[in-house]
Amino acid sequence: MKTSIVSRTLITIALMVVCLIWTVPTVGILVTSFRTADAASSTGWWKSFATPEAFTLDNYVQVLGGQRFTIADAEGNTITTRGATMTSAFLSSITVTLPSVVIPIFIAAAAAYGFAWLKFPGRKIMFAIIIALLVVPLQISLIPILRDYQKVGLNGTWLGIWLAHTGFGLPLATYMLFNYISTVPRSILESAFIDGASHFTCFSRLILPLSVPALASFAIFQFIWVWNDLLIALVFLSGAGQTMEVVTVRLMNMAGTWGSAWHLLTAGAFVSMILPLTVFLALQRYFVRGLLAGSVKG
Amino acid sequence: MTQSSTISGKTETRDAAVKGFALSVLTLCVLAAGFFVLRSNVFGQIPITLLAVVWGTGAVILFFYTLNMLAQLFPPRWYNRIIPFVFVSPAMLIMGWYLLLPTVRSGYLSFLDRGSKAFVGLQNYIYVFTDLTMQISIRNTFLWLVFGTVFSVLFGLIVAVLADRSSMEKIGKTLVFLPMGISMVGAGVIWKFIYAYRPMGAEQIGLLNAVVTAFGLEPMNWLGSAPMNNAFLILIFVWPWTGFALVVLSAALKAVPTDMLEAARIDGAGEWVVLLRIILPSILGSIITVSTTILLAALKSFDIVFSMTNGLYGTEVLASQQYKQMFKFLHYGRGSAIAILILIAVSPVIYYNLKEFSKREVF
Repeated sequence: MKTSIVSRTLITIALMVVCLIWTVPTVGILVTSFRTADAASSTGWWKSFATPEAFTLDNYVQVLGGQRFTIADAEGNTITTRGATMTSAFLSSITVTLPSVVIPIFIAAAAAYGFAWLKFPGRKIMFAIIIALLVVPLQISLIPILRDYQKVGLNGTWLGIWLAHTGFGLPLATYMLFNYISTVPRSILESAFIDGASHFTCFSRLILPLSVPALASFAIFQFIWVWNDLLIALVFLSGAGQTMEVVTVRLMNMAGTWGSAWHLLTAGAFVSMILPLTVFLALQRYFVRGLLAGSVKG
Repeated sequence: MTQSSTISGKTETRDAAVKGFALSVLTLCVLAAGFFVLRSNVFGQIPITLLAVVWGTGAVILFFYTLNMLAQLFPPRWYNRIIPFVFVSPAMLIMGWYLLLPTVRSGYLSFLDRGSKAFVGLQNYIYVFTDLTMQISIRNTFLWLVFGTVFSVLFGLIVAVLADRSSMEKIGKTLVFLPMGISMVGAGVIWKFIYAYRPMGAEQIGLLNAVVTAFGLEPMNWLGSAPMNNAFLILIFVWPWTGFALVVLSAALKAVPTDMLEAARIDGAGEWVVLLRIILPSILGSIITVSTTILLAALKSFDIVFSMTNGLYGTEVLASQQYKQMFKFLHYGRGSAIAILILIAVSPVIYYNLKEFSKREVF
């Protein structure tokens, strides 16, 4: 690139300004989550470094262990109780997310293998259906699926939300894995068939190991998507009460009940973000690949 | 492929049949037992999660293994006919159940009344287009589509071009892309704090009002004053999606042939001319893809409005209205009609994707 040092510096400064604007909101909540209640509600977080004594870990203690409520009972004793915790929501999110990532992977990989390497009547029309379903808004499914769930007793169960995430994630998974599996050289498979391998052997011994990068891309993508989902969790788990609340639902309820308790709300927000952000930063490469491969999802 | 079963004698075929039968019984048991055990919720949360992960991998693989084995009992000609469906049908059945069939079912429900008891004709659709709140939602969704998409793509493009010419490319891109990993609810909380409002004279703890008052202006209740509050909600959407546009467009920029750019520069073209005449036209395809994706996301965006304002102060959008009609007012007819409206809005994209698909040579 032939640009002078001056314009190069200007460009870098402009980029840094943009990065600053994009990062400051997150830094703001991170700083506030370590400030005392008084400090957080009386001064802006950017002034917090003038009062270093007002930093604390208590917000995280409260958010993870439950907010302390002090109630006076009939005899005048004060009792301290604790409310719903972010810890249980965090566990719920893990419970929802892991199987929702794992279950669709092999189902989708098998279908992708079928579409990529086998000829059968209806192949084209079936794949066209998958293409169409890629962008179908999942709002369309909520009422019918909820009714079915009520009939078979899946409403408000972990299994119900796993299957829902599986169903809504499959079009993208199949599409992404198809794009990858169809590029495996034909000669590799042909030599396997000459050796008498069945399609299952070929799929499990050859195709699955070869498609690990694509499987990883989908897994990362689905992980972040499921973890950050609000709508599906609200619809399929809300009947189950507080014990099954995932982090997004918990955080939303926190914002509703302690709208102005910024020291707690920011700590809660940070707890809800820490895992996807870590995964995101560590495996950004796979996530980007997933985004580029099929950047459309219901 | 299944030489053994054709060449071998009767005993081997019988053995294989017995084995296949035993395996299918086992598979059915594993699938069913897993289903009922997982549904029952009798175990603690952590054991049931681990069980589900094992079941989700093990049972699925066992399922394909068994069906493949059963198919092998048939002569090779039949094996080859059956096996594609073994691989494809589980995915197709699940997608059919969760997405394809529901479009028809929701379509049907949208012509029924609140409790899906009686046929009401177009009444739900008339409501969707005439009710005041619905009209506001449609208007706001339109604003989300236009401004959410335009600004995400524009900012993404600007950062991509800047990053491409800077020595800080990697860190810069990561920082702008980072919000993509944050949930919309989390982003909502983050920005609610930026927008925090206190009356004139009080110490502002929201960054935006602190900046505004530093310039001597009056603090604003950004989220409470219609119709401008929609702009501030859309900004929350633009924040992560800019990162998405950046990543895709940056990849596209890298693919523009450098000799083409060099040739233009040697001919004396300035940077702006190179950008507008060469770079932009060659990444147009990516810009369209990115815009489509963000349009779809904006259309279905529910989390921000629902968690920030809950649709108050004239900020309702289609997706939040749909949720409210279904789960708050329990009006399944109207909820379904809004869902169908969203589906109709994405249908041009479905049509375009299918048209592109029919050109593909693999099929």
